[in-house]
Amino acid sequence: MIPTSHYLFLSLALFTIGVIGVVTRRNVIVILMSIELILNAVNINLVAFSRLVGSAEGHAFAIFIITDAAAEAAVGLGIIIAYFRNRETLLGDEMDLMKW
Amino acid sequence: MLDQIVFYFFAALAVGSAIQVVTRRNVVQCAIFLVTSLLATAGIFLQLHAEFLFIVQVILYAGGIMVLFVFVIMLINLDVSLHQLQFNRQWWLGLVLALVLGAELTIAIAVGRSGLPLGEAAPASALEPSTQLVGRVLFGEYMLPFEIASILLLVAMIGAVVMAKKKV
Repeated sequence: MIPTSHYLFLSLALFTIGVIGVVTRRNVIVILMSIELILNAVNINLVAFSRLVGSAEGHAFAIFIITDAAAEAAVGLGIIIAYFRNRETLLGDEMDLMKW
Repeated sequence: MLDQIVFYFFAALAVGSAIQVVTRRNVVQCAIFLVTSLLATAGIFLQLHAEFLFIVQVILYAGGIMVLFVFVIMLINLDVSLHQLQFNRQWWLGLVLALVLGAELTIAIAVGRSGLPLGEAAPASALEPSTQLVGRVLFGEYMLPFEIASILLLVAMIGAVVMAKKKV
């Protein structure tokens, strides 16, 4: 029997790696991938607690999060394509058009 | 025993490939390691008796979102970015802050573990026909959020098409 806290620690590790990716990488596509990692880590938490409590509500919330991740990936990648067409760059720290 | 082997194998696989996603230079390799990490998570869902989520994870993440990522990588010429600096100028500051956040959460879980009954899980039979239970929850209590999610998907679809069009 695996204690629930081990699932929490796994989710925590994935979450922290995702945050590191978002904060340190320059490539926007990799930043989007790191966001997917973060959302995935949250799903592990929800399913583990759902197992602990013995109800399926956590599964339903995990499905909502997966839906959200899919929508976010589609729109985000669309924005990246549009931006690349106009500015010819994929680096997050060069996207400073609106910075004063 | 088998349960533990499966869990720790998939956990190590997920964490290891997640580290590779964040550190690799080539974006295509990042995408491949992201698939590995997501599939390892799917294995953990299976180990948690969430069969429906396992299938959804494989189809939607490994099948849908990854194809999207690889397609965009194909559309965009990435040869230039291979030779550029991969990390921010202030990457060390971000790394330190993210690690502080991780340490904080670790302490929170380690301290709270004794206060909450995080040890024993419900017996596996409590969630037995998992798909049926998920369907009952989704179409019963969470009917309205479910419909709103479908509207969200429609909006995202229209948004993605408009964003990727040549001329708006």
